[in-house]
Amino acid sequence: MSLADWAAENGLKRIGARPPFWRYLREVWQRRGFAWTLSTYTLESATARTKLGSWWNLLLPTIQAGTYGLIFGLILGANRPENFLPFLFTGVFLFSFMSGSFQNGAAAITGNSGLVKSLTFPRALLPLSSVIQQVINFWPQLLLLLMALLITNNPVTLDWLLLPVVMLLMTLFSFGLALFAARLNAQARDLGKLIPFVVRIAFYVSGVFFSVDKVFGQWPLVFAVFKFNPFYDYIQLARGLLVQGYEPTAELWLMCIGWAIVMPIFGLIFFWQAEEVYGRDD
Amino acid sequence: MVAMTDITEQATAAVATEDRKPVVVVDGVDVIYKVYASGKKANKHNAVPRKKKSARNQLREVHAVKNVSFTVYKGETIGIIGTNGSGKSSLLRAVAGLTQPANGAVYASARPVFLGVGSVLMPALSGEKNILLGGLSMGYSKRVAEELAPAIVEFAGLEDFIDLPMRTYSSGMSARLRFAIASSRSHDIMIIDEALSVGDQQFKKRSEERMREMRKHAGTVFLVSHSMTSIMNTCSRVIWLEKGVLQMDGDPAEVCEAYNKFTGVKTIDD
Repeated sequence: MSLADWAAENGLKRIGARPPFWRYLREVWQRRGFAWTLSTYTLESATARTKLGSWWNLLLPTIQAGTYGLIFGLILGANRPENFLPFLFTGVFLFSFMSGSFQNGAAAITGNSGLVKSLTFPRALLPLSSVIQQVINFWPQLLLLLMALLITNNPVTLDWLLLPVVMLLMTLFSFGLALFAARLNAQARDLGKLIPFVVRIAFYVSGVFFSVDKVFGQWPLVFAVFKFNPFYDYIQLARGLLVQGYEPTAELWLMCIGWAIVMPIFGLIFFWQAEEVYGRDD
Repeated sequence: MVAMTDITEQATAAVATEDRKPVVVVDGVDVIYKVYASGKKANKHNAVPRKKKSARNQLREVHAVKNVSFTVYKGETIGIIGTNGSGKSSLLRAVAGLTQPANGAVYASARPVFLGVGSVLMPALSGEKNILLGGLSMGYSKRVAEELAPAIVEFAGLEDFIDLPMRTYSSGMSARLRFAIASSRSHDIMIIDEALSVGDQQFKKRSEERMREMRKHAGTVFLVSHSMTSIMNTCSRVIWLEKGVLQMDGDPAEVCEAYNKFTGVKTIDD
């Protein structure tokens, strides 16, 4: 009798085996408290030694939006999109939510090798934690965005109530993105070197600071392809709901819902498949 | 004298578990790391490798554990010894399921818990918060972690400093906190790395006591140590690894003696 058979006979189970998909999801859900605490403490750690502490969470996006506003406002001149300030704020804040999830997600496994090597938990908690951090960081930005909307005399409409729905969809999409990036970077670190450029390119082609309709309107084909860009979709949908002069079209809703379903499912399966490998190749 | 009583204690424990129920089976485990390394491998002709030829990093395999098999029964305390880099930690990480073996497998009746919370703790945050974080990282619920917190603080002897950031602690103090968190609860199968038992004499005594206590509750304990004294004091069986190969497996006194002969250390104490 082999050792394996004998072990099975005595009721022993193989250790470190990847659990079936549904049980894996259940384990992730059970340990969500760890992901949450890890997220809040990581954020707290980041500003713990500064005098202003968590005020930085409000100051940094203000400075960021101010810088972009100044630079792009000047460069674009008369080509500025309609209702520029809230237009830009929506773009910058939502983009940094998604790209932050992608970038921190990519480092979730490789940057936490100590954790992965010494503690047992479903590894998907790490990319989850990088998205939770983005969610926590978003609240002060939302405050700024609402202030910009009121200052520029945008009417408060019932559409504003739909913003949490867009946020939820965007969070789901970002979670999928973080999972995808986490495994990719863990297994092919050379790709990790390209991440900053991918983010840069995404920034320039997602209509963060310019109006895609205006620029690409004359090339219908390019514009049609553009509409599949999830970064653009979420930003544009949020603008449609909040900023006067933009429409939350049915097409945008469809795209955003689609991405929020496809991406997390794909990300979870893709990430789960390599669960046994994380922490091994270094 | 202390050692003597311990050994008799183990003898009785061994009799008590005569039914010999296997709890961990390590079946032909190989652990292989694939490492990107620049430059050439050193050899006896040139100990320091010459300038590398290519800018690309070469993929090199490090065979850390080679075809190791053994079975552990309920109630045993297994000491793992071996020189630095002999594959002790790699083997135990495979037992804990943290590293998947390249070949072979590990089977166990419950998930072996590796007692190492050091990596999750955050120096910028208070000891109190780190206790919660460490507890959650080991799978406690928030409620359990909060319930255990006062006992952890007391055991670590940090009542006066618990609200200060951990970076302000001395290395002994943070080691004490790490040990107190890791050992706050016993598990069916536990893996304890040597780095845990640090601190001053007073704390060392307390932590050894705690470990004995945990062993009573836990079915099975793996202990890595370079201290033959603490191995002899606490283990009922010793496994000696050298360059990833299992050299000896058996009675602590015999294995430690053979190991001491191998390393050239005269006395049993180090």
